[in-house]
Amino acid sequence: MSGKPRLTYLNGRGRMESIRWLLAAAGVEFDEVYLETKEEYDKLIKDGFLLFQQVPLVEIDGMKMVQTRAIMSYIAGKYNLHGKDLKERALIDMYVEGISDLMQMILMFPFSPPDAKEKNLESIKERATNRYFPVFEKVLKQHGQDFLVGNKFSWADVQLMEAILAVEEKLPTVLSGFPQLQVFKTKMSNVPTIKKFLQPGSPRKPPPDAHYVETVLKVFKK
Amino acid sequence: MSGKPKLYYFDGRGKMESVRWLLAAAGVEFEEEFLETRDQYEKLLQGGSLLFQQVPMVEIDGMRMVQTRAILSYIAAKYNLYGKDLEERALIDMYVGGTDDLMGFILMFPFLSAEDKEKQRAVIVQKATSRYFPVYEKVLKDHGQDFLVGNNFSWADVHLLEAILMVEEKKSDVLSGFPQLQAFKARISSIPTIKKFLEPGSQRKPVPDDKYVETVRRVLRMYYDVKAN
Repeated sequence: MSGKPRLTYLNGRGRMESIRWLLAAAGVEFDEVYLETKEEYDKLIKDGFLLFQQVPLVEIDGMKMVQTRAIMSYIAGKYNLHGKDLKERALIDMYVEGISDLMQMILMFPFSPPDAKEKNLESIKERATNRYFPVFEKVLKQHGQDFLVGNKFSWADVQLMEAILAVEEKLPTVLSGFPQLQVFKTKMSNVPTIKKFLQPGSPRKPPPDAHYVETVLKVFKK
Repeated sequence: MSGKPKLYYFDGRGKMESVRWLLAAAGVEFEEEFLETRDQYEKLLQGGSLLFQQVPMVEIDGMRMVQTRAILSYIAAKYNLYGKDLEERALIDMYVGGTDDLMGFILMFPFLSAEDKEKQRAVIVQKATSRYFPVYEKVLKDHGQDFLVGNNFSWADVHLLEAILMVEEKKSDVLSGFPQLQAFKARISSIPTIKKFLEPGSQRKPVPDDKYVETVRRVLRMYYDVKAN
């Protein structure tokens, strides 16, 4: 056993991508197992690996962890990315949960029917520019610090960075009204572990394509 | 200011109910402000109290907290219902994640059409009995302890009891194949703070009715055409 965390998911972003980001940001190397067939997934269930019959699964520190939030909370706690006290943790949790609502829209986007895609893209744009980005723009402007919480790099910064890039892939000019976020994005890109993760050859996965959607539907078919 | 936490939500369960359960279980008294009109909601929005323009919102310890999971995590940690270390917290988070997903199938139930409600009732029972209840049944059977994690009362126990009671409201004999959960339900229900919360006159909210649905739709101007998940 390598001692490294081992991630089991499909070979694509989905719900595992935020976990990859967080581990990478923490400078933690990890192994990955990719599900390609329904049989592989059914076997995982049969062998008792998946507490609620679902992935993501992360084997870490002797635990078979499931539930994305639980996994990320554990990683954040372990690698000191969850604030210095309960109040900082509360702020980080609020920010992460808000961003996660936005990421959920992006997560589901590839699976929406063709005639709903334009409407869904409009919703993502509306939420990003009217609900989520303004919050973080204001937070950064008000305290003038580099990081969202407690003047220290945290899970919240990683999650926001991931979200900014994911939205930009769909809407390249989305940051045009958000100067603080533009600066934030540049600063985060230069954090050494994040810089490494953004380079080709890292475990970062590309945007979901038709093949990924097809694999998801095939593996999780009832 | 009373010093008590203050909850801002509709006069009904929704996403706030788990917060009421947890505060009650921790023996913490709280106040509530119920959203009844669109005006009230817009006032809250304009006043900048709602970080992401949404409720639940809980004023607690000088913070205006939003995002149900963040609120629950804070309360759990503050009142020592979150395990003794990172590993126990991880287990609690996993278990709560499961019961949260299960309750997620019930959350939008009141907003469905009559036909979709029947289908969804079957889905709720199927998920409960084949995916979620067996997990907690096994956890309790394997360690033989009174509580889910670390032989200590925690958020996971409160959340599971809430989920069990909600599913039972949809099918009263749903625990018939789960003897451990039946014993668990009886045990946790008799914990003094929980027992008090389960009595009439507590701040526990009833099963959502048409009036609740109408209020939510009117105040938020949303959820008019909800499909089952």
